[in-house]
Amino acid sequence: MTAPAESILEVRDLVKHFPLTQGIVFKRQIGAIKAVDGVSFDLHRGETLGLVGESGCGKSTLAKLLMALERPTSGSVRVNGRDITQAKGGELKRMRRNIQMVMQDPYTSLNPRMTVGDIVGEPFEIHSDVVPKGGRRRKVQELLEVVGLNPDHINRYPHQFSGGQRQRIGIARGLALQPEIIICDEPVSALDVSIQAQVMNLLERLQNEFNLAYIFIAHDLSVVRHISDRVAVMYLGKIVELGRDREIYERPTHPYTQALLSAVPVPNPEGREQRQRIILQGDPPSPANPPSGCHFRTRCWKAQDICAQQEPLLEIRQGSDHPSACHFAEAKDVVNAP
Amino acid sequence: MTEVLSEHVGSGSAGGALLEVEDLHVEFRTRAGVAKAVNGVTYSVDAGRTLAVLGESGSGKSVTAQTIMGILDMPPGRITGGEIRFRGVDLLKLPEDQRRKIRGEGISMVFQDALSALNPVFPVGWQIAEMFRMHRGTSRSDARKKAVELMDRVRIPAAKERVNDFPHQFSGGMRQRIMIAMAIALDPEVLIADEPTTALDVTVQAQIMGLLAELQRDSNMGLILITHDLGVVADVADEIAVMYGGRIVEKAPVHDLYRNPAHPYSKGLLESIPRVDLKGQELYAIKGMPPNLLEMPTGCAFHPRCPYRRDNCVTDVPPLYTISGTRGSACHYWREVIDDGSR
Ligand SMILES: Nc1ncnc2c1ncn2[C@@H]1O[C@H](COP(=O)(O)OP(=O)(O)OP(=O)(O)O)[C@@H](O)[C@H]1O
Ligand SMILES: Nc1ncnc2c1ncn2[C@@H]1O[C@H](COP(=O)(O)OP(=O)(O)O)[C@@H](O)[C@H]1O
Ligand code: SF4
Ligand code: SF4
Ligand SMILES: [Mg+2]
Ligand SMILES: [Mg+2]
Repeated sequence: MTAPAESILEVRDLVKHFPLTQGIVFKRQIGAIKAVDGVSFDLHRGETLGLVGESGCGKSTLAKLLMALERPTSGSVRVNGRDITQAKGGELKRMRRNIQMVMQDPYTSLNPRMTVGDIVGEPFEIHSDVVPKGGRRRKVQELLEVVGLNPDHINRYPHQFSGGQRQRIGIARGLALQPEIIICDEPVSALDVSIQAQVMNLLERLQNEFNLAYIFIAHDLSVVRHISDRVAVMYLGKIVELGRDREIYERPTHPYTQALLSAVPVPNPEGREQRQRIILQGDPPSPANPPSGCHFRTRCWKAQDICAQQEPLLEIRQGSDHPSACHFAEAKDVVNAP
Repeated sequence: MTEVLSEHVGSGSAGGALLEVEDLHVEFRTRAGVAKAVNGVTYSVDAGRTLAVLGESGSGKSVTAQTIMGILDMPPGRITGGEIRFRGVDLLKLPEDQRRKIRGEGISMVFQDALSALNPVFPVGWQIAEMFRMHRGTSRSDARKKAVELMDRVRIPAAKERVNDFPHQFSGGMRQRIMIAMAIALDPEVLIADEPTTALDVTVQAQIMGLLAELQRDSNMGLILITHDLGVVADVADEIAVMYGGRIVEKAPVHDLYRNPAHPYSKGLLESIPRVDLKGQELYAIKGMPPNLLEMPTGCAFHPRCPYRRDNCVTDVPPLYTISGTRGSACHYWREVIDDGSR
């Protein structure tokens, strides 16, 4: 949309392996769960990067790494040029201010014993220099107003709010420290259809108002398309395709992206008998023991010998306009095709 | 205005449909008061047809299904009115031993959360086999054989080796297949699937929906599919019943509803789907919140959120008006809504 995009987040070769242990007293490592396995991308100021992929592919682990809630096995996450994975103490605390998170479940992610004012204002306790103590209550009320909640409800408890309102509370809290980046992990999945649209509109409005950059994780691909400027598709710990929303949705080149898009039911019954579906068989393999070469090859209908031998890199290949990790990347419109 | 729809609309034939729910009322007595979860639900399904029940959480979809199955928690639940006819016989008047027989053999159900619906301490094969032993008195070894056959049929890979595995050893999608295997074990005539894919990935959802369609084709089952996913409904439904606040607010054949909704709530739902050509614009959003069943709004339950509201909506409960032989809408102003068309 705008001129040369400025990167606010640079992720390079990020890896997170969780040790797989056996034994209760004497734990010994028998392997590793490769939750995130070499992920690189940039996030630009004010943009939304959508992140999609099947359950267990590593989306939430990636989110935690970006927020420095988990230490990576290797790789770097630069926020405004500084590597948050190496930061410690006061510097880490300062850097964390800039990346906030909105979680999936508005029912369990808020402490039921804290008032809304305490929840939204908690970041000010941790980062006590941001707003002087006397001004905090007013600041919290402002935040509630920004997300469309009644500022007079500051003393209520989470159970007195609906799911959509609780999600707004979570968003208000995420905004408290005026971050430049907000990671939304399934922010609307637990909400009813009629409430989803309200929360999506709120997120877009806040983005414009505060020039926020979002990483938007969701399993609903039409919701992701609506809000995202670019989309990254993950499979077994790796990004397999990355592009602008139209590139991913209209000209996907990776077979996994094509299968994922083609599995999404179209909310229009016209012509449903003619629709062609790519139905993937089975579940993704375990991230403890991913297939050699291309991780997707055990479910891929295009797999050749080379796919088992050589890992396809995430790069732009001939005949395509965006990076894809497939030896045989080839654009195919699966959504609008008959 | 228009005559009131007294008979069911939808898939019903002149002689009555295979399964008919008529004017069902269910409430829960809780400490906070009486929650009117189901307030006059009427719907029906015929052999080989798919009725989609569409509605937000709390609209009474599952309670209606549990009442059909005879597995409602009573108390706190109470059936305060209505009939549930299976092959013309009112199930609510049958003694428990006869209902038990219909459960599984006549009507069976797949639950949203397979993990909590399956018993964690028994192998899945044993749980499937139990259906045959309980209902048919099948011998242990035959029942086990049948269990493996069924696991094969719902495409559990290496069914024979996995028959002794426990539910937690399967993925979410495979557990849902096992639930389906149990539900179709006794060849039911009607299958109720309550949000069978809500917790699953789209890829797995496509597998499960494909499996259900195939099973339905093979055995000509009537299928009641409960969901809040407008994509899934568009894909598989023949008829749709839209629920709001414990009532059916619109009934229609699938194409009619998507082309031209007749209730402001259905219209609002369709309009709030993100559309490619409207990217970058605000999504249409139904304002406000779903109703609180303890304090239902007066008149039309949708009135606090409705852009078509007039004064009488606040006082007069709209009946399910007949639009045509197959359509109905519980809106006083359905003509206006239809005339506006869908976007
Ligand atoms: N603390 C942990 N210890 C061991 N394994 C973990 C841990 N956290 C995550 N994993 C594993 O890492 C993989 C990726 O998990 P993650 O939560 O990132 O998935 P996800 O893409 O967010 O999935 P979902 O869509 O279900 O939220 C999974 O196999 C998961 O079981
Ligand atoms: N055992 C129960 N006790 C009290 N209230 C219940 C019980 N089961 C369901 N309800 C209430 O009935 C209403 C309808 O629930 P349900 O049919 O499960 O909705 P859904 O349309 O999401 O399936 C909800 O308000 C729910 O809280
Ligand atoms: S690299 Fe081979 S296995 Fe992997 S997606 Fe491409 S064709 Fe399929
Ligand atoms: S009856 Fe009135 S309030 Fe209810 S849906 Fe129709 S116009 Fe809206
Ligand atoms: Mg996750
Ligand atoms: Mg339910």
